[in-house]
Amino acid sequence: MEPIIRVENLVHTYGEGTPFCRSAVDGISLDIYPGEFLGVIGHTGSGKSTLIQHLNGLLKPTAGRVLFHGKDIWEDTKKIREVRFRVGLVFQYPEYQLFEETVRKDISFGPKNMGLDEAEIARRVERAAAFAGLAPELLDQSPFDLSGGQKRRVAIAGVIAMEPEVLILDEPSAGLDPAGRSSLLQNIRDYHRSTGGTVVLVSHSMDEIAENVDRIAVLSDAGVVMSGTPQEVFSRSEELEAVGLTVPQVTKVAMELRRRGVAVDASVYTVEDLYCSLTALRKGGAPC
Amino acid sequence: MTHMIETKQLTYAYPREEGEPLRYALNGVDLTIDAGSFVVVLGHNGSGKSTLAKHFNAVLLPMGGQVLVEGMDTADEALLLEIRRRVGMVFQNPDNQIVANVVEEDVAFGPENMGIPSQEIQERVDSALRTVGMESFALHAPHMLSGGQKQRIAIAGILAMEPRCIVLDEATAMLDPSGRREVLDTVSRLNKEKGITIILITHHMDEAAYADRVLILNDGVVALDGAPRAILSQVEKLRAFGLEPPHTVELLDLLQRDGWNVPLDAISVAECADAICSALGQG
Repeated sequence: MEPIIRVENLVHTYGEGTPFCRSAVDGISLDIYPGEFLGVIGHTGSGKSTLIQHLNGLLKPTAGRVLFHGKDIWEDTKKIREVRFRVGLVFQYPEYQLFEETVRKDISFGPKNMGLDEAEIARRVERAAAFAGLAPELLDQSPFDLSGGQKRRVAIAGVIAMEPEVLILDEPSAGLDPAGRSSLLQNIRDYHRSTGGTVVLVSHSMDEIAENVDRIAVLSDAGVVMSGTPQEVFSRSEELEAVGLTVPQVTKVAMELRRRGVAVDASVYTVEDLYCSLTALRKGGAPC
Repeated sequence: MTHMIETKQLTYAYPREEGEPLRYALNGVDLTIDAGSFVVVLGHNGSGKSTLAKHFNAVLLPMGGQVLVEGMDTADEALLLEIRRRVGMVFQNPDNQIVANVVEEDVAFGPENMGIPSQEIQERVDSALRTVGMESFALHAPHMLSGGQKQRIAIAGILAMEPRCIVLDEATAMLDPSGRREVLDTVSRLNKEKGITIILITHHMDEAAYADRVLILNDGVVALDGAPRAILSQVEKLRAFGLEPPHTVELLDLLQRDGWNVPLDAISVAECADAICSALGQG
């Protein structure tokens, strides 16, 4: 399959020509495939945010290329705006970027800039609000009267309303409580399933990544150090720890059990999987 | 033991538009926090956690009731500076609390305002930056750092004021696992070695393991109060308060429902594995 986005030897240096010159991304290559749900993990400062800001041309590579549908996005700088409509980026704490009088106007901002007509904008706003889990009656309220979690959903809806081919979310659940986190992730999963679009989720939570994505790319100072299914990646716990990451708590329990001689699969990463594995083991009467 | 913080029938409601009924964020909180303790406060969004935390150093003043910091009433304006010197606060978003263009100047901001001699300020700044592992960034520009690095700078800024108590209001929310562990280990060490009282407001249930006491807030009151083990094993209650038990407890709960002889309070990974092993052994 042809990747929808290809990152080739991307280098980005902040503050070039100053004493604080520093490469946040130093030679990253990564392919993102159409329709996949990709998780990007990496320790703080590993360049995750810098990387994703290149995917829709908010940052320009110091060296290397970003290809969208096989074409260098910087080949024709006049077209960069179109790339930004087709690759939607939801920043960290996007609720700080709300500014309109009503939720509806705020979500309309993107589609309006795309030059769509009123009817199409209205359709998109309602669809995006539903995907983001916003009740229709909220549309005419001021976004500033909403709770933090609802504000974040408004910001996400604003990006979904552009109907991008690739939706990138940088830490969408940060700061939400457990119930808010799981309901937002459920909305994102539903969006992915029903649109068939490509979703890239950047997260610090291994559990969140484990429960949602098809494939994980692990970023470190050295670039993409690992890539594979959650099972493949989480089975390499020592390498993950070496780059400042960890495996989900359930995987740790499974590893401890194996160390004690219990024959469970050490690459399980959800509570349900370990529960099933243990239940089967007990029925089989395996010794401990 | 003296009380670091004491609240008496604390109530607070955020200002509403005229004519709207008041909705109480805090609804009569009675609480004493011992000097030198490590307390984790959990609760869903809107439970009143942050509102409570902001009363601990007089960012908010009680609408009803009283808050005492080492016996000092936060409503007494004459005591305000002394209260804020003793109770430092680290907020969720580091971008809102960085004031200077150079890391070490940012960390020096607090002690400078306290009128500390410049030689001592330098020592405090160096030591605070070492404590949070950011000494090599002393001359960097804060806005060029990543979110987690900025947060460690904010914590260093508090440390440089040598407070008696540090309140962290979801200060670990944006950090990666190792960044979080670093911050938690840091505050844990400050708690054990320097006796600084730590009050950690968080959504991460696993951080409760660092505490010697866990409070759960719900609808503006303290709904549960006890040792981490006793609180985190109450699966049903946690869910009723919009929280999730740790995955270890969730697994043990599923197994127990199937008739496994396992306790629910084997919270750590090792304890959980031990409990499962011994249940399998009996099986």
